[in-house]
Amino acid sequence: MLLRRVVITGMGVVSPFGRGIETLMGGLLTGKSGVVLVPELAEIVGMRTRVAALVTGVDPKEIPRKFRRSMSNMSVFATLACQDAAAMAGVSEAEFGSGRLGVSIGSTIGSPQTMQEFFRDFSIDNSLERMKSTLFFHIMNHSCASNVAQALGVTGRILAPAAACSTSCHAVGYAAEMIGIGKQELMLCGGADEFHPLTSGTFDIMNAASTAFNDSPGRTPRPFDRDRDGIVCGEGSGILLLESLESAERRGAAILAEITGFATNSDPGSIANPNASCIADCMRQALDDAQVRPGEVDYVNAHATATEQGDIAECEAISRIFGNSTPVSSLKGHLGHAMAASGTLEMAACIEMLRQGVLIPTLNLENIDPRCANVQHVQGVPRRPVATVIKNNFALGGVNSSIILRRYPQ
Amino acid sequence: MTDQEIIKQINSSLAEEFEFALGDMTPETTLFEDMGLDSLDVVDLVIVLETAFGMKIREEEAIRQIRTLGDIHSFVINKKRQMESA
Repeated sequence: MLLRRVVITGMGVVSPFGRGIETLMGGLLTGKSGVVLVPELAEIVGMRTRVAALVTGVDPKEIPRKFRRSMSNMSVFATLACQDAAAMAGVSEAEFGSGRLGVSIGSTIGSPQTMQEFFRDFSIDNSLERMKSTLFFHIMNHSCASNVAQALGVTGRILAPAAACSTSCHAVGYAAEMIGIGKQELMLCGGADEFHPLTSGTFDIMNAASTAFNDSPGRTPRPFDRDRDGIVCGEGSGILLLESLESAERRGAAILAEITGFATNSDPGSIANPNASCIADCMRQALDDAQVRPGEVDYVNAHATATEQGDIAECEAISRIFGNSTPVSSLKGHLGHAMAASGTLEMAACIEMLRQGVLIPTLNLENIDPRCANVQHVQGVPRRPVATVIKNNFALGGVNSSIILRRYPQ
Repeated sequence: MTDQEIIKQINSSLAEEFEFALGDMTPETTLFEDMGLDSLDVVDLVIVLETAFGMKIREEEAIRQIRTLGDIHSFVINKKRQMESA
């Protein structure tokens, strides 16, 4: 349980639909797919997947060169999303330098693109003589968090969680706890990742990447669907501006939603395969943290990446706690899997679902896998009051995480 | 290469690397005040010049005295001439 109430007063997103929460919601509500054919993938020996969800509509040169020189794409995405979140929250430049505002932003790894460029050049003649001075700032694990802080002039705490697909859920959860215990008043938090063939290849070699829809990218991924065939990797950034309720009220900020619970646990049973009992434990702990009963939850935003093992285990866990009457959907069908960014991209959409009183169904879910039929899948685009949402993320490495979001005012 | 060709190559390489307008680059342009470069940029400036002209200048003492674009022009022209006569 958080010792102080923590609310969300700003959101910023960079997604395959473009920049901004309105663009994201427009795409989600109209059933748009961000997945496209990536011809370069066909040139990689052994790569069977040819599709990805790539960011569009972003101009890195909006960021001055002085700050951009130390950024790879993931930091560009995070910085633009942070600028938008801060603007929405009405946070002033003076607040960035007050020490009351911190940053909690993670990525799966440092920039794989920069690492590739370095090692390609290095391997020519084992030489460092062509290495640029800013290379390290692209590949260090806290690249996004530090680059955001540099670009915005943040003087508070820096946190850079890394837990693959659970990264941004962790970033938000730990930021909420930091505010909850009074160490910071505001936190820019979330995740960012940039697409690289290494990511798709990682899933492809595990037979977990989508390969059957290369000729029709918009039909994959297919979470919970009988014909799903795996993950489609994506990229982007989702950022939330978290704030103590007292700070938001003092500033007169518009409050978008409240974070009431967070939990994360480790599944030591397998570094790759999810376990329904561990997932259920994680969700139960988050509900306990929020002091919410399962029956009070109006919607489950599933992690569901369209892998057989992940979808089935998550449905089993959800059904154990919520039965088959609480609506469930996954946004991976629209956005692909943006890895470290997926949690907060989807969380931003959840906050809008709370605010607008609408639920977004799973794109490409046409025939429910009988093994995923034990939960209530969102049908159509139902408009109804939504007060409490649980958001799940589960990561390779056996890292589960769940967050409880509440409408504000309740 | 003529001196003018060397100067043109230097200016275009630095303009591309540091996103500087060619029209604003004169021999009097200072690297730190006018171009806004800092110590990290100077490291990259050396790499840009080494790559553009195929020479090693990182350990040259004279590099540390460079303050203006004109200083770079003179330094590279002299270095090129030394290489040609060696």
